[in-house]
Amino acid sequence: MQPLSEPPAGAQAERHVVPWTVYALIFLALCLLTATTVIVAHFDFGPYNLIVALGVAIAKASLVVLYFMHARYSPRLTGVVIAAAIAFFVILVFLTWTDYYSRPWPLTTG
Amino acid sequence: MSEAVVASSAPAQTRHHAALQHHFVDLQQQQEAASLGMWVFIAQEILFFGGLFAAYAIYRHAYPEAFALGSHHLNRTIGTANTLVLIGSSLTMALAVHAAATGRRQAIVGFLLATVLLGGVFLGVKYFEYAEKIAPCLGDQEHAGCLVPGANFDPHAVHAEGAAGQQAQIFFSLYFGMTGLHALHMIVGIPIILTIAAMAWRGRFTPEYHTPVEMVGLYWHFVDIIWIFLFPLLYLVTGQ
Repeated sequence: MQPLSEPPAGAQAERHVVPWTVYALIFLALCLLTATTVIVAHFDFGPYNLIVALGVAIAKASLVVLYFMHARYSPRLTGVVIAAAIAFFVILVFLTWTDYYSRPWPLTTG
Repeated sequence: MSEAVVASSAPAQTRHHAALQHHFVDLQQQQEAASLGMWVFIAQEILFFGGLFAAYAIYRHAYPEAFALGSHHLNRTIGTANTLVLIGSSLTMALAVHAAATGRRQAIVGFLLATVLLGGVFLGVKYFEYAEKIAPCLGDQEHAGCLVPGANFDPHAVHAEGAAGQQAQIFFSLYFGMTGLHALHMIVGIPIILTIAAMAWRGRFTPEYHTPVEMVGLYWHFVDIIWIFLFPLLYLVTGQ
């Protein structure tokens, strides 16, 4: 049972101050992931090169969004906007790409 | 009579903060509205860059060899160092917001100025990277080493013969377009950070109200994220 003297919800969640050490750890993780992506680029994984590079970049971007940009401690509506932005970005890039990929283009290749 | 009753019955914590606009219930609602608006702006910015990323995806798929040749000509060491500088500027920006949330006025100003300094280092390095590629294109002499797409482009500089030379120009078009738009965002961001640093110096922010510091932080981190994707896509294309 929670004591009745508990402050109302919202009063506490209003300002979630993350300790500065969290930012330092995220910075270290971002540096390590940058080193990873540079080292990994020396090896040729064939068609998976781009997937590996983008995987590391997505991991880095997620850390920045969740911690530096406080998305983890933000209202749910913020998450909806972020999800919508990603969804429309994927539609723009991926569906445009599949359209070109599924046609005989570029015509001069060969 | 009734007005006096309303005024006296208001609890202490709902009294108006100087920064609270009259159309918001309280500072938290005001902060959440500002934050949501900033995120919607960032969503729009993602799609603004999205057109360039779509062009990159299509042309890299069409001309993988030319993209690898063009990418190999970019300096990975400089690119890596600049990536770390920009991530460092994101750290100082996060610490500036933290200083604002904990009410340390001088720390806000210090961290914001450190962010501007690191951003300036990044742009300075970018200037030298650009100059190295643009300088050979100028003048009437031979244009050996010119990497600006167009009549003076030197395909031998990237060891691209024939059609690959034409295709490498597309890589450098995207290189200048994407890094240029990214740099433009930093050039816009720096005076905004300096303005907010001046506001912080005048004591405009408190742990209860420091929304402008948070909003410029969101913008700067977004610019950092764009670079996090540009770096591997432009500097680290592996294979032939």
